[in-house]
Amino acid sequence: MEFVRKWVQALFFLLTNGYWNFPVTKGIYQGPLKVICSPGLNCYSCPAATSYCPLGALQQLLGGIRLALENGQFFVGFYVIGAMGAIGSFVGRMICGWACPFGLFQELLNKIPSVTFSIWRPLRFIKYGLLLFMVVLLPLFAVDEFGLGSTWFCKYICPAGTLEAGLPLLILQSSLRSAIGLLFYNKLFILIAFTVWSVFTSRPFCRTACPLGAFYGLFSKIKLVKLRLAPEKCNNCQACHSVCPMGVHFNESPDDMDCITCLACSKACKTNAISLEIGGMPLPGQAQPCRPAKTARVHHQ
Amino acid sequence: MTKRSPEKKIRKAPFVAIFIFLVFGAIGISLGEPSRVLEQATQICLSCIGIG
Repeated sequence: MEFVRKWVQALFFLLTNGYWNFPVTKGIYQGPLKVICSPGLNCYSCPAATSYCPLGALQQLLGGIRLALENGQFFVGFYVIGAMGAIGSFVGRMICGWACPFGLFQELLNKIPSVTFSIWRPLRFIKYGLLLFMVVLLPLFAVDEFGLGSTWFCKYICPAGTLEAGLPLLILQSSLRSAIGLLFYNKLFILIAFTVWSVFTSRPFCRTACPLGAFYGLFSKIKLVKLRLAPEKCNNCQACHSVCPMGVHFNESPDDMDCITCLACSKACKTNAISLEIGGMPLPGQAQPCRPAKTARVHHQ
Repeated sequence: MTKRSPEKKIRKAPFVAIFIFLVFGAIGISLGEPSRVLEQATQICLSCIGIG
């Protein structure tokens, strides 16, 4: 399954970054496909990007909401939130494990042999703060004299934007190099920090700072495709703890908001206590959970 | 009286959520948001990528 997942990650990387003419045009793709939402974190200013980044688009819409309303345009983000919510309700953070280019980048870095460090669990809550403040509230309320908000997360933090758009555009367009300032060095530092951290820790950005992952995580209990635990089969061997790239203790919190449904725990579980379900129904070919009620009744009789 | 096993129940919540967000998307389309998103996405956002 891990082999399949890698291929799906590569496929999504190519689908969301399929414009390979950029070395010739030295610009970004400007075709109609950019009206499609990229499910993972993929900067739309990346020269190869063929879809829009939901976080970037949402911040842009929220930042320009006053101006749009003044002009009689009700661009309040329904289209982008609708796309993000539909994806979240369907698969939730499975996107992080299967379709996010920046997640793939971190996974590949983590394959470099090194000592490994865990992440202090309270750090995982930073991403919810970033989602609320940097993606929603600041673009909406911290406005300039023209009533325009800024794309706070993209501007000050997003390492995916620096990697996929900032650095390639600086290479492609020499005129941009003169515009490099403190802002860029700040973002470059954040990119380098997460890059180095990814070598020693699994998916540090996903776990601590990704607002898109935080948003998808809100759907962990209700998403259509999810992993389920059969507690009666679990012998608490904790095999699922050690293999999880997100540091989730699956048998203790099966609906954990950080679960990316990569299926590593399902494979590691020797008692087949973890299986994939769609809308409450087990996927064909998956281990069937036990039915404790029936068994318990037999014992009591 | 036999009880239906909880494992066989189809969860309705994901379908309701998907439907609600698809309605959101449809409202956005009817308001013309995709053209605004496309306009933004086809321009290089310099401040977004830390340049300028």
